[in-house]
Amino acid sequence: MVDFGGWELPQQYTSIRDEHLAVRRVAGLFDISHMGRFRVTGDGAFDFLQQLLTNDLSRISYGRAQYNLMCNPQGGILDDLVVYWGEEGFFVVVNAANREHDLDWMRSHAPAGVQIEDRTLELSLIAFQGPRAEELLPATGIDDLPYFGFRPAEVAGVSALVSRTGYTGEDGFEIFIPAAHVVAVWDAILENGSGHGVLPAGLGARDATRLEAALRLYGNDMDETVNPYEAGLGWTVRLDKGAFVGGDALAQVKREGPKRTLVGLKTSPGDIARHGATVLCQGRPVGNVTSGTHSFFLGHPIALAMVEVASLRVGETAAVDVRGRQASAEVVQLPFYRGSARSAAAPAKA
Amino acid sequence: MAGRLYTKTHEWLIVDGKSVTVGISDFAQAQLGDVVFLELPNAGRKLEAGESFGVVESVKAASDLYAPVSGRVTAVNDKVAGKPELINSDPYGDGWILKLELTGELPKDLMDEATYKQLTESQA
Repeated sequence: MVDFGGWELPQQYTSIRDEHLAVRRVAGLFDISHMGRFRVTGDGAFDFLQQLLTNDLSRISYGRAQYNLMCNPQGGILDDLVVYWGEEGFFVVVNAANREHDLDWMRSHAPAGVQIEDRTLELSLIAFQGPRAEELLPATGIDDLPYFGFRPAEVAGVSALVSRTGYTGEDGFEIFIPAAHVVAVWDAILENGSGHGVLPAGLGARDATRLEAALRLYGNDMDETVNPYEAGLGWTVRLDKGAFVGGDALAQVKREGPKRTLVGLKTSPGDIARHGATVLCQGRPVGNVTSGTHSFFLGHPIALAMVEVASLRVGETAAVDVRGRQASAEVVQLPFYRGSARSAAAPAKA
Repeated sequence: MAGRLYTKTHEWLIVDGKSVTVGISDFAQAQLGDVVFLELPNAGRKLEAGESFGVVESVKAASDLYAPVSGRVTAVNDKVAGKPELINSDPYGDGWILKLELTGELPKDLMDEATYKQLTESQA
């Protein structure tokens, strides 16, 4: 068990390797109840979120979810989050470590008439992810759910809210269930999938799969000192939607161009470049690793690094500090791996 | 041949005359998580007790390996170097790491099974 934003979570249930491969080949079940869940309601809820977040909510509608960022007035990323537009209003799912800060920030910006309720403890959240997730989830009413769609459905006989979203690069679902029922639903999903290779998957598998899919991790790949363009998340910033917090600063970054950028690195087996490791180009430091792990699926270590813009191009060889020596690293295209997630409906990359 | 002994840094050793087989404990492999790489010395290298002789890299972190006794490396387990997951699946069997030829005395602070168990229970 490890402490993760104040929650006790398993690094692995059995083995990171087995869990990681189960997610890529069949499906894995993640407990992501540590993530903060807020309900935002009231007549002004849409306008409030539209003015607080970087993406344009008018591009989605009821029954859809959207990846979004919350920035400070300087354009630094306060959090990355997903907004789910449902019949009960908006759900906003944020990173566990930022939950209290986000809640304070949102409440301090909310006009009268907008209510923000922290539902984290009453409403559990689990994610079922993998190429066979649709087939192996014991649920009704999900087969025609589009990518980033969100609707009520029965999961293992329990009324839940289900979205076709995830953090692994695979097809799959995130399932909101009243906390009183989550254990029964969890057990039912595992029992239904046990003969097919479905496994419960811990933080280790979650980190490896999200990194292969080049999905950014708040606190590692981005924080308040990083703007969305540097993080490669410019596609979530809609400068044409009207005023929003951080909009002016981000318009300036876009005009001038970001000074740093995230790149993908591939290293030799054993050379795991860890968070903070210096990246060098022809002997000159150009940035630091933000996330790195061994990919059991790809068979070699992978890393994301924040480097000076244009210092490293795909196909070039860089060096990265591994245990005090310089290891060779190939600059590769992101994502490292494109899974079964329904990318047709995914937003284009910036 | 005596039973398995342990170090504070979670290596295990079996002493058979002058020959010492070394690995890492079941507790250590569980704490490390899935091992993905081992950096090991070549046969012939002379090690002092407590000297770092290699690195075990797991998904979570890289950790140094320390020589439990002073000695000369006589064999390195090529099988575990090629298949590091043996450290997790069989830490006391096929997951052995190297063999040393003992030079000098056994350090006084090596622990027997019961003492080591107390140490790990206090660290778990």
